[in-house]
Amino acid sequence: MHIETLIWLIPLPPVLAFAMIVLFAHRSNRLSHFLAIGSMLISWGLAMVVFGNAVTTKDLGHHPFQVSIPWLPMGETAFRIGVMIDPLSAVTLFFVAWTCLAIFVYSIGYHNFGKPRDPGDRPGLPPHAGGIEPMYARFFAFISLFAFGMLTLVLSDNLLLLFIGWEIMGLCSYLLIGFWYGKPSARDAMVKAFMTTRVGDVFMLLGLAYLYSATGTLSYREILFNEHVLSALAATPSVIPVLSTAGMIGLLLFIGTVGKSAQWPLHVWLPDAMEGPTPVSAMIHAAAMVSAGVYLIVRFFPLITAGWHEGGALTPTMTVIAFIGAFTALFAATIALAQNDIKRVLAYSTISQLGYMVAAVGIGAFVAAAFHLITHAFFKALLFLGSGSVIHGVEHGARETGEHLDPNDMMNMGGLRKKMPITFWTFLIGGFALSGFPLITAGFWSKDEILADAFAHGHWAVFLTLALAALLTAFYTMRQIALTFLGEPRTEAAKHAHESVWTMTLPLVVLAVFAVGAGWAGIPEHFPVIGGLLPNWMHEFVSGSLLEHPEALEFNPVPLLVSVAVALGGLTLGWLAYRRVPAGGEDPLKRPLGPVHTVLKNKYYFDEFYAAVFVRPAYWLAETFTYRWLDRGVIDGFLHWVGRTALRVGSFLRNYVDLPIVNGAGDAVGEGVKRSGRIIRVIQTGRVQEYLIIGVVFAGVLISYLLLLRP
Amino acid sequence: MTILQIIFLLTAFLTLLAALRVVTSPSMVHAALWLILALAGVAVVFILLNATFLAVVQVAVYIDAIAIMIIIVVMLTRGAVRGQGHTVSKTWWAAALSALVMLTGLLVMLLQAPVRGALPPTLPLDQEAFLERLGQALVDVNQYILPFEVASVLLVAAMVGAIIVAWPLFVRRGEEER
Amino acid sequence: MIPLSWFLIFAALLFCVGLYGALARRNAIAILMAIELMLNAVNINLVAFWRYLGPEAVSGQAFALVVFAVAASEAAVGLALMISIYRRRHTVAVEEIDMMKW
Repeated sequence: MHIETLIWLIPLPPVLAFAMIVLFAHRSNRLSHFLAIGSMLISWGLAMVVFGNAVTTKDLGHHPFQVSIPWLPMGETAFRIGVMIDPLSAVTLFFVAWTCLAIFVYSIGYHNFGKPRDPGDRPGLPPHAGGIEPMYARFFAFISLFAFGMLTLVLSDNLLLLFIGWEIMGLCSYLLIGFWYGKPSARDAMVKAFMTTRVGDVFMLLGLAYLYSATGTLSYREILFNEHVLSALAATPSVIPVLSTAGMIGLLLFIGTVGKSAQWPLHVWLPDAMEGPTPVSAMIHAAAMVSAGVYLIVRFFPLITAGWHEGGALTPTMTVIAFIGAFTALFAATIALAQNDIKRVLAYSTISQLGYMVAAVGIGAFVAAAFHLITHAFFKALLFLGSGSVIHGVEHGARETGEHLDPNDMMNMGGLRKKMPITFWTFLIGGFALSGFPLITAGFWSKDEILADAFAHGHWAVFLTLALAALLTAFYTMRQIALTFLGEPRTEAAKHAHESVWTMTLPLVVLAVFAVGAGWAGIPEHFPVIGGLLPNWMHEFVSGSLLEHPEALEFNPVPLLVSVAVALGGLTLGWLAYRRVPAGGEDPLKRPLGPVHTVLKNKYYFDEFYAAVFVRPAYWLAETFTYRWLDRGVIDGFLHWVGRTALRVGSFLRNYVDLPIVNGAGDAVGEGVKRSGRIIRVIQTGRVQEYLIIGVVFAGVLISYLLLLRP
Repeated sequence: MTILQIIFLLTAFLTLLAALRVVTSPSMVHAALWLILALAGVAVVFILLNATFLAVVQVAVYIDAIAIMIIIVVMLTRGAVRGQGHTVSKTWWAAALSALVMLTGLLVMLLQAPVRGALPPTLPLDQEAFLERLGQALVDVNQYILPFEVASVLLVAAMVGAIIVAWPLFVRRGEEER
Repeated sequence: MIPLSWFLIFAALLFCVGLYGALARRNAIAILMAIELMLNAVNINLVAFWRYLGPEAVSGQAFALVVFAVAASEAAVGLALMISIYRRRHTVAVEEIDMMKW
């Protein structure tokens, strides 16, 4: 069978699973997860086959696997949609398939499959005593739909289909964040997520429309792999004279990424999205959806960088992107320092790492951005799943001891390395990968690549910002590990925690393997000692997606040393600060930072700011202006007026026209007939003599007329 | 003024007087008797017109039959009109007026006739021969048999009708006594 | 020697007297008597015209005979009706026989 056929089959099993679960399988939990896992397995299998074919194909960049159909007839031609596997989508497909499969399997254990349903549990609230999730099947339906959306996005060969997948994932994100809709915080979070990403999506759609109107197509091959189109777009100015058309479109698409990948200023939804179940956080907010935002700008790298030459000055769009990326990386890292919720730390960490990738695109480091995207997906998913395992353990402990505490709060943990070894070791690997622990973790290779690129091309601001952010990343990661696993348990619940089921720990192990090994596919050639041992496959392969292969960087020890220093330094500092935090003790960072700590803890008060500036006016507009004034006042007022007037006209007509004239006429006729009859009736006396008299009189009149008047 | 004229005038005057008494007499029997006198006067006028046969018929039918009949009926219905004051109805003035108008009209009409001053021509036939001719004419198929027969039928019908109408309170099947 | 007009005037007068009686009298039988007078006036007219305008024809007298017959039959039926009405309503005043009143 042709490889092309396999490609478009990849997204199908999950959506079929979704349909089947929704329609009939939802009554059986086992059947539901069977369908979901089975479909994901099929997709994964197909994805592996396709990936295998892709990596063994020479020059995939110039000859991608592609198949398309004419979908929307427009005049002579038709708008085509289809699927394409080029190097970029191949590697993306690889990590998406693995992470999604791992998360699917993890979800079985996370939602306590096998445990009896607790009668006190209600759908819409998380199970509070370790019983199976009441909405188990629904969860698998949603994540199947989500997998479909992500796979569609990855495999698409045009911007429209990507956008469709994008929006499907937005929907699933909404549904899954608010999975436990019984919690008001979850409800608020789901709406916040949807609204915030929507802001980005609007601009993205504008970019899409602009692109279509400028080029007449949305297909990648025709735009991004086409020198003429790119240079034309770069040459023509857009509606804003400062930017070229390419730059404008790129900027608009980037705003979509800002929303979807939670960059500043649209970052506010991601931390709140932690209300959802942990697999959701892992999948959507680590492996897939937020990655999609980065995937978009990586895919449209040729368009964003149109008019830029390697080594030259950045275009305005690229500058904006680099700035936002670097700023977000540092910004989020600072907030993560002061968070106590284990998932929230990871959320800000995600925002920060996405900032890295965005910055990489901004400075023109295509391969580095893609590389970090892949490695980040693995270790972040690993970290999230690990955190879910930790939370489950603490919850179990809390049930045993009867304590009421927040299982997410790291201050309630401690010493879990003894109780949950697998979780500990895999979390450690993930955390080290995140920090960029040298050599053996994937994060090191990908992060180093970005720093090296920034340094090599002289983007000092970006370099310093990212380096500082890396330091903070290592610090807060170690903080997290130390608070959670090291030291002694701070609460009874932590003391009674135990390891999670195999369905949860197996995916952790698998992802840990990738968190370690994925980096080795991208060791730069000129790296001391080990460079050259393995070919820089990542660079070679992924570069194929671009028209011109970017050059591999010259090796420079400075960024390498900086990166090692910040990683190890940050880890050490974190370990030192947090290894012995006693039960009930305060955060060691609070005293030195003082009021800054409070600002960080409150996320720079951005939520409050947005609430005042955007949310409250929106409410006012809706409630007062539109509803009360326009709808009730103007429209309803008009309607009431029409009603009243109709009533008045009606009563006028009734009382002044109908009753007197119409009824009156009718009555008058009747009355008139009666009266005239009464008058005339008098003649009918019943006496024949009188009749005769009348007759004689008339006869006389007639005769006299005949005789006298007519000769 | 010839004898005939005087006789005629006298007869006419008497007849009219009798007729007036008929219509004004409060007592029915008196009115009937005055009627007989009037009818007799008319018979005399017939004789003056040389219609002797008709004069006899007048006496025989009118006086002997009809007037007697009227008298009998008057006597049969006496109880009703005894003690009633008025002889004429409330609208007698209208009747008088219409009669006067009719009279005026008739007089105007009749006196306009061109033959009003005519004198009687001589009789072509004597009475007997004329009577024979009259009798034959009444049964002659080409002449007046139809009116004759119809008149006889009418008489029969009248006779039967009169009997049935005047039948003494005869209760028929389905008819209620009032 | 007697002009025709005398007979005609006489007949007219008699007719009108009878008319007055027919229209004005209360007693039904009196009305009948007045009607007889009217019929007689008609007869006189007929015979007068016969005598003065065509005494050789029999039509005048034949007509008068028919009138006699009709008068007789009508008187008979009328009187029978009077009797019947008298029996039922105990009145012969036509004023009171007004069942056809509205």
